[in-house]
Amino acid sequence: MAETLTFNSCGALVIGGSAGSLDVLLEIFPALSNDIDFPIILVVHRKANNESLLTDLLQARTVLNVREAEEKTPLLAKNVYIAPADYHLLIEEDKTFSLDYSEKVNYSRPSIDVTFQSAAEVFKYSLVCILLSGSNADGVNGLKVVNNLGGKVVIQNPKSAIMPYMPQQAFSNVKADAVLHATEMAEYINNLIKR
Amino acid sequence: MISDAIDNEQVEILLNDVLEAHGYDFLEYSHASIKRRITRLYAIDNFVSFAEFRYTIKSDKQYFKRFLEEITVNVTEMFRDPSFYKALRNDVLPVLGTYPFIRVWVAGCSTGEEAYSLAIVLKELNLLSKSLIYATDINPSVLEKAKKGMFPLNYLKQYSENYVNSGGIKDFSSYYTANYSLAKFDETLSSKMIFSTHNLVSDHSFNEFQLILCRNVLIYFDKELQHKVFNLFDNSIEKLGYIALGSKESLEFWAKSKEYKRVKTEKIWRKL
Repeated sequence: MAETLTFNSCGALVIGGSAGSLDVLLEIFPALSNDIDFPIILVVHRKANNESLLTDLLQARTVLNVREAEEKTPLLAKNVYIAPADYHLLIEEDKTFSLDYSEKVNYSRPSIDVTFQSAAEVFKYSLVCILLSGSNADGVNGLKVVNNLGGKVVIQNPKSAIMPYMPQQAFSNVKADAVLHATEMAEYINNLIKR
Repeated sequence: MISDAIDNEQVEILLNDVLEAHGYDFLEYSHASIKRRITRLYAIDNFVSFAEFRYTIKSDKQYFKRFLEEITVNVTEMFRDPSFYKALRNDVLPVLGTYPFIRVWVAGCSTGEEAYSLAIVLKELNLLSKSLIYATDINPSVLEKAKKGMFPLNYLKQYSENYVNSGGIKDFSSYYTANYSLAKFDETLSSKMIFSTHNLVSDHSFNEFQLILCRNVLIYFDKELQHKVFNLFDNSIEKLGYIALGSKESLEFWAKSKEYKRVKTEKIWRKL
């Protein structure tokens, strides 16, 4: 079932977060290297209105290109894609995005589980997923799939999370490759750049 | 976790079976989404082997009805994206109101929430009596629900908020009567609707319309199929008619997009 191939370089990074994760993203983004050579995908629970707020906040803090993920467009390196509010974000075999308006998962749409799992099936052992602060367990099942398919699982240290429930659930149920404080995240991500 | 209970190859096998045995072509649907729906169905219906799942889908007509209903996404809402309905109310329907007769096609109408929303706006603009709404879907069982015009009462608070935000001017509850857990919508609305199955993949144009509404359907199709459907719409829309899509859909990259002009910032285009 699970592939036993192991991680060697990052094909894509997916970051999932809910309540309390914005502070972490605002900490990470200014410190991200210019040389990031993989796409970054963000799945953040939020209200359906105020579409561009998160994009604008993050774009102001990085040289990477931040935008909302659009359906049937390719995932490109050096780009940060934000899952649109009120849609699930899926990734196709040909590394393009698909959107899906099916039932909420864990009371959430976009659901972190859905994107983690979909990305894991495509990127397998070249995927890195980070789960941040949050107050429900969305993302935990997705991390299990990432783990099974050989990708890397990173969890925010629940002690450093504003809402520790989500990372704590992941910590208790999934084998993590790293458990990091918010302040350590950017360096970890920069170290994923191929050299 | 049953992440890899069904792999890509098995999805292909199932979709080919479905085409051969039942005549429904899902091969050009977005793969990631349809795989997720199939995997989900396999899990919730407790199949123990792919072989059993495959055999049941292929040979059990009753089960295939369920398959069809479950792998297509039927999540919808009344007055979803209020700003869209505001644009219909203020910018699109008044223009169509100058015509002697208004024909609308709601393609992929699912359980009918958008068709009823549209009928309400038409009614408030005094246009419903000269309008006809053709509501179609691939799936006969959702059309049965749409015909009844009954929606779960617990959603009505949200729908009512959407309605108000879209510029609705009446008391929303005047359009339905509460019946146990359901809200039954006024039959004057459904009296101007014609429900019929239509498969956007394989069926042809069947009339000419002034407005085609097809929202959150194309996201489930691959790019080639999306363009085929745009051609179908192009063959089904009158000059100066409108095509309305979901908030994340666009006809921008389609070959004939230059023949259409976008209406303000909404996902509405007018044929030139």
